[in-house]
Amino acid sequence: MTLTEDYRKRESSITFAAEPAGEGETHELLTLNIGPHHPATHGVLRLLATLEGEVVRDVQPIVGYVHTGIEKTAEDKSYWKVIPVVERMDYVSYYFNAMAFCGAVETLLGIEVPPRAQYLRVLHLELNRIMSHLVWFGTSMLDIGALSVFFWCFRERERVLDLFEYSSGQRMHTRYIQVGGVMEDIPVGFAEKVREFCKEMPRRADQYADLLEKNQIVIERLRDTGVVDQQTLLDLGVTGPLLRASGNPWDLRKAHPYTSYDHFDFKIPVGTVGDNYDRYRVRHAEIYESVKIIEQALDGLPEGPFIATDRKVALPPRHELATSMEALIHHFKLVTEGFRVPPGEAYYPIESPRGELGCFVRADGSAKPARVHMRDPSFSNLQALAPMVRGGYIADLIASLAMLDPILGGIDR
Amino acid sequence: MPDATGLELAAQELSEAIPGSILGTEFHRGRAVLLADPPQTHGVLERLRAKGYSFLASLHGVDYYPEEPRLGVLYELLDMQSVDRISVKARVATDAARIATVTDMWPGADHPEREVYDMFGVEFEGHPDLRRILMPEDYEGHPQRRDFPVGGEPVLFTYNEEQNYGKYQ
Repeated sequence: MTLTEDYRKRESSITFAAEPAGEGETHELLTLNIGPHHPATHGVLRLLATLEGEVVRDVQPIVGYVHTGIEKTAEDKSYWKVIPVVERMDYVSYYFNAMAFCGAVETLLGIEVPPRAQYLRVLHLELNRIMSHLVWFGTSMLDIGALSVFFWCFRERERVLDLFEYSSGQRMHTRYIQVGGVMEDIPVGFAEKVREFCKEMPRRADQYADLLEKNQIVIERLRDTGVVDQQTLLDLGVTGPLLRASGNPWDLRKAHPYTSYDHFDFKIPVGTVGDNYDRYRVRHAEIYESVKIIEQALDGLPEGPFIATDRKVALPPRHELATSMEALIHHFKLVTEGFRVPPGEAYYPIESPRGELGCFVRADGSAKPARVHMRDPSFSNLQALAPMVRGGYIADLIASLAMLDPILGGIDR
Repeated sequence: MPDATGLELAAQELSEAIPGSILGTEFHRGRAVLLADPPQTHGVLERLRAKGYSFLASLHGVDYYPEEPRLGVLYELLDMQSVDRISVKARVATDAARIATVTDMWPGADHPEREVYDMFGVEFEGHPDLRRILMPEDYEGHPQRRDFPVGGEPVLFTYNEEQNYGKYQ
């Protein structure tokens, strides 16, 4: 028997059927600890995986390593000072955190946000969505073994961060969205830079797809792995691209439009099977849709104020302080005490890059919120990890976790 | 959101189905809240779930200090077909902070219930794995309660490790 024949014979005896579970001389379950510090866990996440050979029987996520008590801190700050701390929850999609909080406070105050501010919000939210998807894209493909995509994605991410810096002075945690509107109008030249970016981004996204779609390894690792059906996802409270990949077109921007999302023409990408490949495709397609929304927001940007004119809530323009005593008093009161919010409770849900981000605010009539709670999508979505990986290989666990896109800052808050 | 009338109708319907289950309603800025009797909350949620509010969007706790009963457990329900939201609020006292779990209806309530237990000390009866989730497992006290001070936690060094942190209450 030649070596090749011997090898072929042995090869044909290999079966991929899962071994029966249980303990004994031949079968033993192994508990493997992954993390909390591991590049593949996308933050400080610890996983306890129960393995049988290479097959994952169960996995238990353990979180809380970056819990910083932001919700508690927020109770000790006046409303406008809460915005920077909630932005640090889900640190990749900071505009969304600020939007959810400001939306809840605006609901409680009952103030109207001017149309220009709403469009500027949409513009920045969608830029942030692209940025967030690019971070996910690069790092998740890194986990699968496609190294170059990471550098390509972060090149475009830098461009978005430069745009944020241009409009607000900060690259991350910009504090751009304020109660009643936005911090500042966009500077001269910003629109042109955004248009340039919008022209280039779809071409770049095409290039990422070209890199991956013909890569057999990537396809094999994504297709038919981590399949979870729609009903299980709904029962687990999963929203966002994960739910849409399973075929449910639920998107709050369409279903329950906020900040004038109903003015824009865009599509909701959905998947068919609900495997990791669909998750990748849905997020990838969302980049193109976000570009479309940004272009429309620039085309239809209404004239007018960029923040509510209610002086009891929004700071007066700087130039008024030199001439108007009243403006000076308002400025002083807002900066020292902050505005008071009438008692009540509000829950304001928005569609973040990861799903439904809902902010619950309870006001007791003082200048500080009595309770701020973020329903963070990653916190609920993480529960879908176990159904995604049970019965699969441990290599698929890494791929599924990458496609889940958890942000630990949002989970632990 | 159901309007104020729709909320009253829903409350009436639920009170007829489970007598004494609805203690009141709140309607503020378009948000509809049903105040449920804590022992009956599971039944109320079950009925609402059957009525179409089948997605549990959020579950969180609130401390209403100094009002009594102090703690509140809030369920934000969502009907994805008619895009309708309704909230159910159950108020429990700190010395009898117990409520039935909803993980049997929504497995996704697992993490949020553990968080409410961790932060407010509300025990969810029948929860499969009720442990702290965000705070360390040996932590004492429930930090999101209003009488828990901000910054009330000394930094641990070797010289003060004997004085256990979180020794509050």
